Amino acid sequence: MTPRVRRIVFLVAGGVFAVTLAWTFRALPSFGHFNGAYGTALSRVSVPERHITDAVTAVNFDYRGFDTLGEEFIFFAAVVGVALILRAQHGERAEHSADYATGRAVPPTSDAVRVLGLGLTPPTVLFGLYIVAHGHLTPGGGFQGGVVLATGVLLIYLAGEFDDLHGLYTETALERSEAIGAGGFIAIGLLGIAIGSALLDNVLPLGTTGSVFSAGIVPLINASVGLEIAAGLVLLLTMFLHQTIVLRETSP
Amino acid sequence: MTILPYLVAVWLFVVGMYGIVTSRNLVHQIISLSVVQASTYVLLLAVGYRAGATAPVFADISTTRPVVDPVVQALSLTDVVVGATVTALLLAVAVQIHKRTGTLDPEALLGRTDS
Repeated sequence: MTPRVRRIVFLVAGGVFAVTLAWTFRALPSFGHFNGAYGTALSRVSVPERHITDAVTAVNFDYRGFDTLGEEFIFFAAVVGVALILRAQHGERAEHSADYATGRAVPPTSDAVRVLGLGLTPPTVLFGLYIVAHGHLTPGGGFQGGVVLATGVLLIYLAGEFDDLHGLYTETALERSEAIGAGGFIAIGLLGIAIGSALLDNVLPLGTTGSVFSAGIVPLINASVGLEIAAGLVLLLTMFLHQTIVLRETSP
Repeated sequence: MTILPYLVAVWLFVVGMYGIVTSRNLVHQIISLSVVQASTYVLLLAVGYRAGATAPVFADISTTRPVVDPVVQALSLTDVVVGATVTALLLAVAVQIHKRTGTLDPEALLGRTDS
């Protein structure tokens, strides 16, 4: 099939699909008039029942906590999958600093980028911790905060070179942190079963609504998820960056 | 009734599919898939919207204020996580394909059997 024929086939099929999909969407609730019983009920009970002021977090880590456990392991499986796909292949060797065009001098990182990158790292890490810690109060949580935390490491890379990251952490430490974060979620969930209740049931006092130390196990789960996401993302980043210094023994 | 937000979701889906079908670069195809996934975020958030309502965060508002649906927002979070993991896995595959064949053009990869 030539690209031209493929384009024509797609335009016809895509057009039919778009019209059908739009026609189907007419049966959706009119925009702005959705009245889902679950959403309405959950946003009414999350504060009195769970002392969680962010109803989205209440859904994610409490009422629908079991699904989020699965979601966390989707991420875990993806990091393992990337590690598997990018593992050292037969006939590969690591060569230093091939992440630039050959035969061209590497321009030094400018001082402005260096200062900005390193200067932004501490506030970014602090902000990430804040987002993780306040997940049950304001928008945020372990997933979002974990990504912000990983951005802090990315800034260090941008301010320097890949090699600068080596002294900062080891891949083993990252793998362990990620596993502890993922396992922590299950361990916290099992506490509910240990006291004779259900998986992921709250076992801690709910505290004062609006306080960082409230909402029972939800902040702990957020911290656990934050650790896993941050470690997992930095691991992903490291694995992809590592590919820039890997060369095949025989060029294709 | 207005269906514009839903039409935006349809548009993102189809335009992303167009990118996947016609692209000559695997990385560009993966980004196109992200555009398709973005249509589901728009659809979920559009479904949960309520006219005149605010975000379902009661840190500084009364619990009696009308708020948009928190369930679809929670689903969007799952959606984003799944989207990110799919992108990471596909990019890893693209890296290996480029290492083995020296090209990212799906057209040039057709019929190749080298390992």
